[in-house]
Amino acid sequence: MINILGKRYYFFLISLLIIIPGMVVLGIWRLPLAIDFTGGSYLEFKFDKRQPPPPAEIVVLFTDLGIKDVQVLTTEQQTIIAKSSFLDETTQTNLLKSMEERFQDTITVLRFDSVGPTIGQQVTQRAAIALAIAALAVILYITFAFRGVEHAFRYGLCAIIAMVHDVAVVISIVAIGGRFFGWQFDSLTLTALLTVIGFSVQDKIVVFDRIRENSVNLKRLPFETLVNHSIVQTLQRSINTQLMTVEFMLLALALFGGVTLREFSTILLIGLFMGTYSSIFIAAPILVVWENREWQRWFKPRASSSAA
Amino acid sequence: MTRNTTLSLIIIFVILILSIYLVLPTTNSFLGRTIVTKLGLDLVGGQQIVLQVDLPENTIPDRALLEKARQIVESRVNGLGVAEALVQIAGNRYINVELPAVKDATESINAIKQTGVLEFVDMSQLSDEQAFALIDQTIRTDLEESLAGAVTTPITATSTLTDTVFHTIMTGAMLESVETTTNQVGQPVVSFRLTPEGTKIFADYTRQNQGKILAIVLDKKVISAPRIREPIESGEGIIEGNFTVESANALTVQLRYGSLPIPLKVAETRTIGPTLGEDSLRKSLIAGAIGFAIVILFMVLYYRLPGAVAISAILTYAVITFAIFRTIPVTLTLPGIAGFLLSTGSALDANILIFERLKEELRSGRKLGLAIDLGWKRAWPSIRDSNIATILTSLILFWFGSTFGATIVKGFSLTLLLGVAVSLFSAIVVTRTFLNVLFTYFQPSNYSKWFGL
Repeated sequence: MINILGKRYYFFLISLLIIIPGMVVLGIWRLPLAIDFTGGSYLEFKFDKRQPPPPAEIVVLFTDLGIKDVQVLTTEQQTIIAKSSFLDETTQTNLLKSMEERFQDTITVLRFDSVGPTIGQQVTQRAAIALAIAALAVILYITFAFRGVEHAFRYGLCAIIAMVHDVAVVISIVAIGGRFFGWQFDSLTLTALLTVIGFSVQDKIVVFDRIRENSVNLKRLPFETLVNHSIVQTLQRSINTQLMTVEFMLLALALFGGVTLREFSTILLIGLFMGTYSSIFIAAPILVVWENREWQRWFKPRASSSAA
Repeated sequence: MTRNTTLSLIIIFVILILSIYLVLPTTNSFLGRTIVTKLGLDLVGGQQIVLQVDLPENTIPDRALLEKARQIVESRVNGLGVAEALVQIAGNRYINVELPAVKDATESINAIKQTGVLEFVDMSQLSDEQAFALIDQTIRTDLEESLAGAVTTPITATSTLTDTVFHTIMTGAMLESVETTTNQVGQPVVSFRLTPEGTKIFADYTRQNQGKILAIVLDKKVISAPRIREPIESGEGIIEGNFTVESANALTVQLRYGSLPIPLKVAETRTIGPTLGEDSLRKSLIAGAIGFAIVILFMVLYYRLPGAVAISAILTYAVITFAIFRTIPVTLTLPGIAGFLLSTGSALDANILIFERLKEELRSGRKLGLAIDLGWKRAWPSIRDSNIATILTSLILFWFGSTFGATIVKGFSLTLLLGVAVSLFSAIVVTRTFLNVLFTYFQPSNYSKWFGL
C-alpha cells in the first residue's frame, strides 16, 4: 500500500510553496476587486465599423464629461473596456452619445454596469458574513455527523483548515489572474469560491467517512496506519469523481464556454482540484499530526521527547 | 424482481414520463401552471436596475411602504410593455428590476423614476361618452407649462382627444387624505379631503363648472372621470364610479400613494447586450455537451456495465431536474447552467462511490446481489453527509443572493441546490433499481469484462 502519510511534511511544504508566494503577490498587487464590491462603473463596447481608437483618446472623452478614475483597455476581440467612477443614467446616455459623435461611428454596448458606492460596501459586508456562516455551518455539521467518533470536533476543524488552504490558493490565483489577464474578483468569483468551499467539504467528508468506518472495523491499527489506509481506499473515487468527471466538465466549460464563463470555470477547475488535493494531502494528515501531537517535536526534538 | 424493486421501477417511470412531457418544448402549461424555460438576463440580454431606498443609512424603511413602492414601480414597468419584467424586493432597502431584452436604458429608468403626479383635469367641454372613452388612456395636460411659469394656453381642441392638451386645475399635492368608503346605497366610493389651499381652488372651480366632467389623472393616465354634482366648498369630496371594493381600494391606493411612498434612487444599473448573451448561451451549451460526452465515455469504459447504468440514471436525473426548472420556474443564468453541470458531477460522484464499494465487495469474493446491497449500504453515509454539506453551502449562497438582487448568485445556488437534491434521488433510487432489475435477468460471471474489475 502507498504510504502517503509518511511524506506528509513534504505535502505541507508543497502547499506552503504555493500559498506563500500567492499571499506575497496578493500583498503587492492586491485583490482585483470588481465594482460589485467597490462601486463604480464598467463599460464594455465595440465600434461597429472602425478600429478602436487609442485608449488615451477615450480617457480624454471621459474626463471631458467630468468622469473620474478612468481606466481604458482594448481587448483582443476589438472591444473596449472602460472602468470609471459610478455614473448616473443621464451621464451614461451622454457618454454613449458623445462616444458615437466624437469617433464618428455607431457603437454596440456589450455590458454596461454601474454600481453605487453604498451598495458595494454592503455587498462586501454581506459576502464576508456569508463566508463566515458557511464555515461555521460546516464545522457544526461535521462535528454533528461524526459525533460517534472520538474528537469529532477535530474533524470539523481540520476540514476548515484545509478549506482555508483551498480558499488561499484560489484567492492567490485570482490575484495573479488579475495581474496578467485582467481578471476581477466579482460576485461571480465569490460564487465560485463558495462552491469550492462546498465541494471541498464534500471531499473531506468522503475521506473522513472512511476513517470513521475504519476506526470501528480496524480498531487495533495505529491511527496513522488507519488514516493512510482510508486515504488509499478512497483514492480511486477521488480521482474518478474529481479528475475524470467534474474537472472534464469544467475544462470543457473553460475552453469552449465563452468569455463570461471562462474565468469562473478556471477558478472552479483549480479550486475543486485543490479541494480534492487538500482532502488527501492536508486534511487527513493534519488529523494525524494532531493525534500524535507532533508539534511538540517540531522545534525542540530533545526537550519534547523528555517531556513526553 | 422483488416487490420493492417493481414498485420503485414504476415510480421512476411515472416520474420520468411526466418529466419528459414537461421538458418537451411544446408543453406550455400543466395543471394550470405555466411551463417555461426562463433564461436570465446574461443569456437574453437586457437590463437590471437596482433601486435603493434613499433614506439615511440607519433608518429601516417600513416593509408595507416598500411593498407599495414595489407595486408602483411594477405598474410603471408594465406600462413600458416589457415582456416578463421582474420587480422584486431584495433585502430591506432594495428593489430589483429586471427588464429582459430592453435596449434603451434611459427610457426604462425614466419611466421608473416618474414621480407619480396626480392631476385634477378640466374636461368640461367633453360629453360623458367622450370622457368615458378616455378612461385608461394617456392624455396631454398643460401642467408642465404652468409649472414652468408660462401663460396657461387655452384648450386646443384637435381631431383626436388624445392629442388635446387639457388644463390641469390642481395636483395631488393638494390632497390631505383619501379613503375608501360607501355611499348611501352601499356602493364603494373614494372619499378625499383637500388641504385648505386646495379647498379654495376646488370650491371656486366646482362652483363654476357644476354638472361638468372633472378627470382624475395619474401620470397622464385618466383613472376616473366623475361628474361634478354640486359645488364642493368643504374641501371634502367623493369620487363615484362603477367601483367594486377592490377597484375603489386600488384607486385609493393610487391617489394616496400616487407618488412613491418612499424616495428611491438608482443604486445600480447593469446592461447586457443581446449579442453577448446569445453567444454565451450557444457556447455554454456546446461546452456542456462536450463535457457530458467525455463523462459518458469515461463511465462506460471504466465501470462498464454499472457505468452504463449510471449514465442512464444521470440522464434520468438531467431530465427530471430540467423539468423542475421549467415548472418552478428557475431562471437559467450562465452560472446557473454551470451549477447544473456541477450537480451532475455530484450525481456521478454518488454513483462512483457506490461502484467503488461494489468493486471492493466483489474483489473480496462476495456474490453479486450481496455486493450490490453492501456497496450501496457502505457508500450511503458519505453520500449523505457530503451532499448535506453542499446543500448547506448553497442555502447560504441563496440567502446572500436574495438580499441584493444578485440574481446570478441566486440562480447558481438554486440550480445547484435542486441538482444536488435530485442527484441524491438518482443515486439512491434510480441507479439501484436499474441495477437490481438488470441483474434479475442477467447474471454475468465474467466480472473483469462486465465490471472492469
